[in-house]
Amino acid sequence: MGDSENRVLEVKDLSVRFDTHQGTVRAVDGVSFYIEEGETLGLVGESGSGKSVTNLALLGLIPNPPGVIDSGQVLFDGKDLLKLSIHEMRKIRGNRISMIFQDPMTSLNPLLTIEQQLAEVLEIHRGMSRREARPLCAKGLGEVGIPSPEKCLDSYPHELSGGMRQRVMIAMALLCDPKILLADEPTTALDVTIQAQILELMAKLQKDHGTAIMLVTHDMGVVAGQADRVNVMYAGRLAETASTKDLFDRPMHPYSKGLLESVPRLFGDASGELFSVPGQPPDLASLPAGCAFAPRCSYAVDACTNTRPELTVQIDANATSERLVACTEAARVLAADLAAEPADGGAS
Amino acid sequence: MTETLLEVKNLAKHFPIGSVGLTGRPDHFLRAVDDVSFDLHRGESLGLVGESGCGKSTTARAVIGLHKPTAGSVKLEGQELAHLSARQWLPYRRRMQMIFQDPYASLDPRQTVGSILKEPLTIHKIGKPRDRRLRALALLDAVGLNPRYLNRYPHEFSGGQRQRIGIARALALEPDILICDEPVSALDVSIQAQVINLLKELQERFNLAYLFIAHDLAVVRHLCSRVAVMYLGRVVEVAERDQLFENPAHPYTRALLSAVPHADPAVEAGRERIVLEGDVPSPHNPPSGCSFHPRCPERDRVGARCSSEAPTLIERDGGRFAACHLED
Amino acid sequence: MSDETNKPDKRWDLGGRDLEVLLEEAKQYKGESLWSDAWRRLKRNRSAFWSLIILGVILGVSMLAPLWPLASPMALDLQLEPQPPVAPWVEFGRTGWDSTGYWELGAIDSALLKVRENLFGDWQFERWMGTDSKGRDVMSRIVWGSRISIQVSIVATLCSLLIGVTYGALAGLLGGRVDNAMMRIVDILYSIPFIFLVIFVLTLITEMKTELEDAGIETLDVFYLLLGLIYWLTMARVVRGQVLALKNSEFIEAARVMGASTWRILFGHIVPNVLSIVIVYLTLTIPAVMLFEAFISFLGLGVQAPKVSWGLLASDSVEAINPVHSYWWLVSWIAGAMGVTLLALNILGDGVRDALDPKLRGKD
Repeated sequence: MGDSENRVLEVKDLSVRFDTHQGTVRAVDGVSFYIEEGETLGLVGESGSGKSVTNLALLGLIPNPPGVIDSGQVLFDGKDLLKLSIHEMRKIRGNRISMIFQDPMTSLNPLLTIEQQLAEVLEIHRGMSRREARPLCAKGLGEVGIPSPEKCLDSYPHELSGGMRQRVMIAMALLCDPKILLADEPTTALDVTIQAQILELMAKLQKDHGTAIMLVTHDMGVVAGQADRVNVMYAGRLAETASTKDLFDRPMHPYSKGLLESVPRLFGDASGELFSVPGQPPDLASLPAGCAFAPRCSYAVDACTNTRPELTVQIDANATSERLVACTEAARVLAADLAAEPADGGAS
Repeated sequence: MTETLLEVKNLAKHFPIGSVGLTGRPDHFLRAVDDVSFDLHRGESLGLVGESGCGKSTTARAVIGLHKPTAGSVKLEGQELAHLSARQWLPYRRRMQMIFQDPYASLDPRQTVGSILKEPLTIHKIGKPRDRRLRALALLDAVGLNPRYLNRYPHEFSGGQRQRIGIARALALEPDILICDEPVSALDVSIQAQVINLLKELQERFNLAYLFIAHDLAVVRHLCSRVAVMYLGRVVEVAERDQLFENPAHPYTRALLSAVPHADPAVEAGRERIVLEGDVPSPHNPPSGCSFHPRCPERDRVGARCSSEAPTLIERDGGRFAACHLED
Repeated sequence: MSDETNKPDKRWDLGGRDLEVLLEEAKQYKGESLWSDAWRRLKRNRSAFWSLIILGVILGVSMLAPLWPLASPMALDLQLEPQPPVAPWVEFGRTGWDSTGYWELGAIDSALLKVRENLFGDWQFERWMGTDSKGRDVMSRIVWGSRISIQVSIVATLCSLLIGVTYGALAGLLGGRVDNAMMRIVDILYSIPFIFLVIFVLTLITEMKTELEDAGIETLDVFYLLLGLIYWLTMARVVRGQVLALKNSEFIEAARVMGASTWRILFGHIVPNVLSIVIVYLTLTIPAVMLFEAFISFLGLGVQAPKVSWGLLASDSVEAINPVHSYWWLVSWIAGAMGVTLLALNILGDGVRDALDPKLRGKD
């Protein structure tokens, strides 16, 4: 799995801080990961975990001030994206790497027609004229399942429903056939039936184009269905990296385990009490010296409160890919998973 | 069956749309809720689920008198509430309270937690000021917050804690019915589980009946004993929880259940999903006949009747209710 | 009494902990209200804070005017032309204060004047800012004139506050047809050219001065009210807009579900929450009213001699501008006083707006 040939994007030791009057908030703290060609990488975490900031930092979109990228590299095509000039960065954004956001209402300009907005992408990155761009735009809209692309091109964003707008956003993101698509909560604002449509569409497009997707979400269900590998973030740091199957079968970080167990399910026993992680999410401005999860963790030992665990490779006999966990007690968590498994009766 | 607390019959709420000039005559109406009926028993929880714009929140607000119903009746132990004035409503407020969705918007940012919790008692003239303060302490404790934080302000709490304050406020009057409008949908998963457990615990402790509005079916499954599914302002199916989740009668319920992603990759990989075509139609101009028919995967099995005649919610085998011609 | 309501009810059991003790303990956990948070941030804003201090000093000096050993603002000293300023280090003070050189003063002012007489006798400051063409001390006139300018702006602003907030909040809260009708009235009032109305009314009350005085009404009071009546319109609109936005927020719905009356919702929840916008608007209204007063007095319609206001002083000073002699002290001191006050008010208004902005809460 460590084959760096296939890595389209590699993030090394990324740190982002925000200077506020309560002190420095380390929104992202020493995060390293990579994306392989054509895969879907899930980035999950709760609000304030730094997942969206990580996503924005990749394309240099951190608002400054108050945000500052402290350290790190984002390697793409042999270049460090964080060192590029604004001009060079613009050539990559929307072209080699594109993004879709949570709210399709606000990510489209309400004053321009869909055609103007789609064609602009091709004008900037391909140097096409509006007339040349139109058929390509129509084709793009057709690909994302918009019933009458020509009609859609001439309409304004407010004339489309939320689901349609998100389709337009996806079409726009894929116009230049990017290597990587960064999707920040792409279905959170949508209803479940529309979410199902969009997720199916994204999976299909990924298959057709071979685009790598980084899916930032808080929804464990979405990750389970879409991602090949998952990064779990907590309080600005990576808690665990694993293949989706390994993570859901045998989480090795106490936080991932707690998170998975607290998701209400559509099957199994629902009468008892739902498992819940005690305590409140941490205040990023005053994190504890040790592991940020220690105050809420049932596996915590004394050492956890003063030493911060690093992301290290863990041994898991059944692992389908490399497992990285930032927890000294990972082996105990794994043992608990294995002990509980027969009782579950197996998911398959 | 336990005693019926709340009985809602043929409830409708239409909103005037367009210019309301000095004459006050609207152009047309948005039929947010149409012909909704259900009842709620003491100590039970009824889930009301559906996608955005299906009218579930409007139903809740019409039941609790925030919106005046256009038609239909809302009866609390036989007493008609639908046409009461604000003043006549007052005594019934003690019986029925509400929890809101947004923990940031539902608490007045200028009030301390103490005064938020005392306010309902002040309005209903319950106890002396000192007793109210003591009750506020007990309320904080009941929802799992540190009672010492009585003099703090909402912005000093996290989202989950604020939601607990909102729950405490609703409990202050010791109601029999709590209307919960998506109380956990704005919360993170780990906090959501805490609040669901709290709601369950409080239900037992205070023998509460919940009308639980949600779009998340899994949450409803954990909290509710009965579930009503709404689509475009109408109830399309009502059934006991297990029946609804294991053997849904209405094609919309089936599609909704199948659209929910499961937090289990093995299940996700193996299952066949019913993906509905198209968008939810606008309630300004709902489709003729069954409002679900343009998206219904089963419409070919019934034929023209779906687009001409609206199905009614009638009892099917196994005590469940569904509004679908397929079941006729 | 607590026995009665604390009847054993195991649903409210706190696991044996004593409520009274908890209540005492709770007093130690004081939260920070949005107001104190805003105040803290205002204090951090250097320029706004200094503006506040300057305004405080101006207000203090002006309100306690009779106490200072100033020359009488209306004591004439007939001579050919205005006398230039005498710097304090050349000549600090002199005797010869005329205790009768005042218009009819209120009880408090007379008392303050007595105190001054006991403290300083007939000693007074030298004419540091020069005198005007009738030999009246400019410094004294600026201090005494500030009283009326400040009073006018405060009274008129409070007037606009009271009417505007109540009217706007009611319109927004009641909504529908009532709101429609109420806001059309505002529109109609807006369309009246107020400057003409003010001139008309002021001319009228000057005509009826004696009748009014018989009825115990000061012309100046009418003037105050009149200005207030003009400035509430914008306030009403601003407040209504805010209320419309707040009205459907969940905490207002929560209050309605609790059974709160319209008045309780209005004054318990809506007004405190629109207050921050109202305060910002107030800090902008005060300088506007001050300027308007100056304008009206400048036209000779507002404050009448022998009383003095900044507008009147400005009007006097304009007469002093001529190509032959430049009596610079007549123009520059009053212009400076008004300039500093208005600038400080505007900077403060800006600072208050930033301090109260919820988006900036908890930040610098």
